[in-house]
Amino acid sequence: MSNLRIPTMAELAAENREPEILFWVGCAGSFDSRAQKVTVAFCKILNAVGMDFAILGNEESCTGDPARRAGNEFAFQMQALQNIEVLNMYNIKKIVTTCPHCFNTLKNEYPELGGNYDVVHHTQLLQQLIDEGRIKMKEGGEFKGKRITYHDSCYMGRVNGVYEAPRKVLESLDGDLVEMKRCKSNGLCCGAGGAQMWKEDEPGDKRVNIERIEEALETGAKVVAANCPFCLTMMGDGLKAKEQQEEVMVYDLAELIVNNMEQEQ
Amino acid sequence: MLQQIAFILISGLAFYFAWRGFSRVRRNILLGQDEEISGDTGQRWRNVLLVAFGQNKMFKRWIPAVLHFIIYAAFVITQVELIEIFIDGASGEHRFFADKLGGFYTFVIGFIEVLSLLTFFATIIFLARRNLLKLPRFKKPEMKGWPSLDGNLILIFEIILLTGIFTMNGTDVVLQQMDPEHFKDTGTLAVSSWLGPALFGGMSEGTLIVLERVGWWLHFSMVLVFLNYLPYSKHLHILLAFPNTYYARLKPRGAMDNMPAITKEIKSMMDPDAAMEEVDMDEELPEFGANDVFTLSWKNIMDAYSCTECGRCTAVCPANITGKKLSPRKVMMDIRDRAEEVGINIESGHEQYAADKSQPVSKDNYDDGKSLFDYTTPEELHACTTCNACVEACPVLINPLEPILKMRRYEILTLSQGPQDWLPMFNSLESSGSAWAIPDDRDKWAKEARDA
Repeated sequence: MSNLRIPTMAELAAENREPEILFWVGCAGSFDSRAQKVTVAFCKILNAVGMDFAILGNEESCTGDPARRAGNEFAFQMQALQNIEVLNMYNIKKIVTTCPHCFNTLKNEYPELGGNYDVVHHTQLLQQLIDEGRIKMKEGGEFKGKRITYHDSCYMGRVNGVYEAPRKVLESLDGDLVEMKRCKSNGLCCGAGGAQMWKEDEPGDKRVNIERIEEALETGAKVVAANCPFCLTMMGDGLKAKEQQEEVMVYDLAELIVNNMEQEQ
Repeated sequence: MLQQIAFILISGLAFYFAWRGFSRVRRNILLGQDEEISGDTGQRWRNVLLVAFGQNKMFKRWIPAVLHFIIYAAFVITQVELIEIFIDGASGEHRFFADKLGGFYTFVIGFIEVLSLLTFFATIIFLARRNLLKLPRFKKPEMKGWPSLDGNLILIFEIILLTGIFTMNGTDVVLQQMDPEHFKDTGTLAVSSWLGPALFGGMSEGTLIVLERVGWWLHFSMVLVFLNYLPYSKHLHILLAFPNTYYARLKPRGAMDNMPAITKEIKSMMDPDAAMEEVDMDEELPEFGANDVFTLSWKNIMDAYSCTECGRCTAVCPANITGKKLSPRKVMMDIRDRAEEVGINIESGHEQYAADKSQPVSKDNYDDGKSLFDYTTPEELHACTTCNACVEACPVLINPLEPILKMRRYEILTLSQGPQDWLPMFNSLESSGSAWAIPDDRDKWAKEARDA
């Protein structure tokens, strides 16, 4: 038994409490075995810094982003309106999420449907916690001097203009941060957005994730850092296709931080 | 006198036809639906200033940006010279402002000459770039035929126009020495004062007078040709870049347009107390999304007319890079081509294009049996990852993603079609509120983490 605290909103409501922030886990974070590791890593960080948070648990539902981008507005709004009802019922003010797609939809698309929240992505929160000194990194962590490249997710980068927060978080690892040829506003998509995650690529010369992982490998980095569960899957699949999964690792920023921060005893 | 009459007649006709051409463009843009333009006017003017005037998005690629800026600056500033051309042409004067403005005249004409010379070289480089370098983005399938010719024609027109300017000024400089009474002193012009004598030095006065007129008319007539060519060419961007950046959407890139009709329907489903509205079975099924220019917004069509087919969007599109059929530039070109087709058909007034044959064909009474899907195929639309790279890349703030998503909506909501692969996701959302059909509790991971 670990002493990890992961309360649900319902549990807190029963004690008449409201958390400081809601952790929106998302479908990938909840069900995808790779993304679940990120979810847990992030919860460990929140526990370590003593953040007062909660999750919705079974009351959370997909934000509807993939349906909306596929063109199924009906399915999107079914999700959105139900979620907004739940979020407003719990009087949610602030949300953090580990998924850029959830982030974008909650932040930019829910307001028009009656859901107004202060939404941050976990990389932004991590940066803030590092800046405030609430997260302290160990001296000589495992990534010290290691070559790391950061893959911008489209929905944090180009769509929401967040380029610096993830990079600042990575700097705290004291690694050797190298950029890919296409980065920041020129960053290349992993191939999963716009509901592509749920379908095969259209006919073409190669998969988008192969193109992107080739670019990442060109940098000679041993770690590819991502901030999106879908990028994580796509880049991981790309590495397997290139048979590089033993040499190069793909991690979410939360995973990189959790093992290299000082834990209070 | 003959020249003045010819000048007035030709100008009049040219302006009339140009006005007709631009009116057609306006009419075709207005085939689209109304779109509310809201948001900060200051931000809109900033976009016009920085993106259209300042071309700041061009500078992601330095070399073409500098060359393009030279041509553009020359284009804008040369228009000052046209004031004199019109006065001279209509009145029969020669260089009306030369003696009146003195040194300032020498400066203005000299400045235009320097820009024109730079433009001459820039144009040659652009021609070489298009035809010798074979840049991949200029060689995509959608560029075959007219689009390629269009790109070259503009550059060739530019060279003819510049040849006209330098012939006109160069011969003038030589003639000023021979016949100072008729050819006013312009002062030392930056380029023609040396280029003129070098090119035309040994010629007879008679030849020079003819050449001067040829240069003048060449310059002027190319301006009119350009004016009339614009409405049919990708080159229209020199004008539409300004309104297009002004009207560019200001709301967050990540926010897709809401569909209030659907919100209303779902809210009435969610609220058990709401009385069910009577459903009129005779009523036509509502159409969602866009399948044609009529269901796009006018801004989407203005985007299409503002496109100069540079292909920066396509060059950064992850789908296109990996060999898929999707090309954001083609999506925009398709919209323009379709708007042109519909516009011509409506103008023809042929009954065959009327949806209701008893009424005359119009924007609201139109059916030619075709739609935008005859231009842009579902395969292209399905390849989009909504990564916004095309939106980021466009130097004139065109948004190719919007029409792609509107057409996806049409396919899914109105036609009930679309990729089969998406059906399990839609079904899972409906039945379990999760993007994947997984029978576990949504917070099973949390229990496992606590138990670990």
